[in-house]
Amino acid sequence: MNSNQLKEIATQVRRDILRMVHQCQSGHPGASLGCADFFVALYFWKLKHDPQFSMKGNGEDLFFLSNGHISPVWYSVLARAGYFDVSELATFRKLDSRLQGHPTTHEGLPGVRIASGSLGQGISVAIGAALGKKLDQDPQKVIVLTGDGELQEGQNWEAAMFAAHHKVDNLIAFVDYNGQQIDGPTKEVMDNGDLAAKFTAFGWEVLSAEGNDMDQLCEDINAAFEASGKGKPVVVLLHTEMGFGVDFMVGTHKWHGIAPNDEQLEKALAQLPSTLQDY
Amino acid sequence: MILEYTEKKDTRSGFGAGLSQLGETHPDVVALCADLIGSLKMGDFQKKYPERFFQVGIAEANMMGIAAGLTISGKIPFTGTFANFSTGRVYDQIRQSIAYSHKNVKICASHAGLTLGEDGATHQILEDLGMMKMLPGMTVINPCDYNQTKAATLAIADHYGPVYLRFGRPVIPVFTPADQVFEIGKAWKIKEGKDVTIFATGHLVWEAVLAEEILKAQGIDAEIINIHTIKPLDEEAVLASIQKTGCVVTAEEHNRLGGLGDSIAQVIVSKQLVPQEYVAVNDSFGESGKPEDLMKKYGLDALTIVEKVKKVIQRKNYE
Repeated sequence: MNSNQLKEIATQVRRDILRMVHQCQSGHPGASLGCADFFVALYFWKLKHDPQFSMKGNGEDLFFLSNGHISPVWYSVLARAGYFDVSELATFRKLDSRLQGHPTTHEGLPGVRIASGSLGQGISVAIGAALGKKLDQDPQKVIVLTGDGELQEGQNWEAAMFAAHHKVDNLIAFVDYNGQQIDGPTKEVMDNGDLAAKFTAFGWEVLSAEGNDMDQLCEDINAAFEASGKGKPVVVLLHTEMGFGVDFMVGTHKWHGIAPNDEQLEKALAQLPSTLQDY
Repeated sequence: MILEYTEKKDTRSGFGAGLSQLGETHPDVVALCADLIGSLKMGDFQKKYPERFFQVGIAEANMMGIAAGLTISGKIPFTGTFANFSTGRVYDQIRQSIAYSHKNVKICASHAGLTLGEDGATHQILEDLGMMKMLPGMTVINPCDYNQTKAATLAIADHYGPVYLRFGRPVIPVFTPADQVFEIGKAWKIKEGKDVTIFATGHLVWEAVLAEEILKAQGIDAEIINIHTIKPLDEEAVLASIQKTGCVVTAEEHNRLGGLGDSIAQVIVSKQLVPQEYVAVNDSFGESGKPEDLMKKYGLDALTIVEKVKKVIQRKNYE
């Protein structure tokens, strides 16, 4: 799949996100929009994965979402990639849905391997999955996405220490480095400081990626995969902008957990031409 | 005496022996420990199966997450640390990554309760059974001696789903059969009786056996039931016994709030009203001291069971 096709899918995914969140008037559009390009690049281009989902995923790359509140982007991409029918996106956050507010295995949604939402747990889980692959001599990688605000949770640093100590080099962690969290800019709420230096000091290979430039992003993801398997876990600071793709949502924490109203939805969708069919 | 013993051992060693045996019989069993290999008796497994053993350091939250992740490829992870750090410290990790996600993790917890002794209340968790049994889908097991702990360790490997296995440090009589098959959720009736039922779990089972001897000498015929599985509770066995005896004493090394006693009380209030007395810690923290002194001071011994039996029989007769 070429870069233009990936961009088109990402535009449709952004439409899906906004329509899902609007429909139930709840959910988290900001970072979902920011990470749309990343998810599309992973699922439509980089990952070896099978939409005929199996929990074990033997011989596949496994993806874990630690910042579970950006479920809209994951659900849209999973549906568009064929894990389940896109019509199911209309059930997001509604009664009896498999598309819970935060992702879970509880209702058996294909593509999800563990519940997330309570923050700071994803890197640990991904380490466990990566150790499982090593025990099984499965050469595929384990990918995990965390938020940057989420790194304020101490468990991440327990995990960082473990992964380096035990040389979990089939693990690639991406940090959604958008600099925003619920109460404001991360620098003001609780500054992460120099994340690259911190991960380096913990013994990780540290890279960065352009999260909202599809061509560059694909190159950066490739570089991350190439850096893995060399004795160190890999972390990628994924530079994204919250709300990317919608001019009045971009670059602010304001749209972290707020749904657009009818008028705002119309204004937003006008900026994102439908490239595939709306669900 | 209704049961005899020839040796005394700690229940944690039963866990260690069971884990080591699983290493040989179950290639998918892996073990994780948070800097307490010696205390949890995991050294034999570590030595024999180093590639399946993960030292996580003093980082229990991370250990629970890694254990959950290991299940994804079909591994059966056994985590080992003290009961306090196996539950309260990591409740949210267990809740989300293990229980809600229904992962096949075995949370193995030593040094539970007052019998941890001199280290004091910071380590003597008395709330763990309550926390764990409140999690949907969690199996909660508290075996009574070395042999039963070993048998339970073997049994939970073949049971799919999250399990909390609680054991301890003190050296106590080994009075259950070495060759027992542990049946999860199946109460073990140690002795038939007609006047009162004593439901006991963990270290209090032996105290119940001692109490029975005293009661017999005083003409009271007590039924003794070992509830090694707190959840799922063997309601059928509980109900059958209380319908026969008409009064109940529960005995556990746990806060009276949220433990075995409350599980039994739920059966009583919903199915068959009979008087019940608790032998448990009365909603307080513990303190430093010798295990046997602590058990006496906090009323977790045979004499307290006897006293509560007399009280509950009196209530039965008056009510």
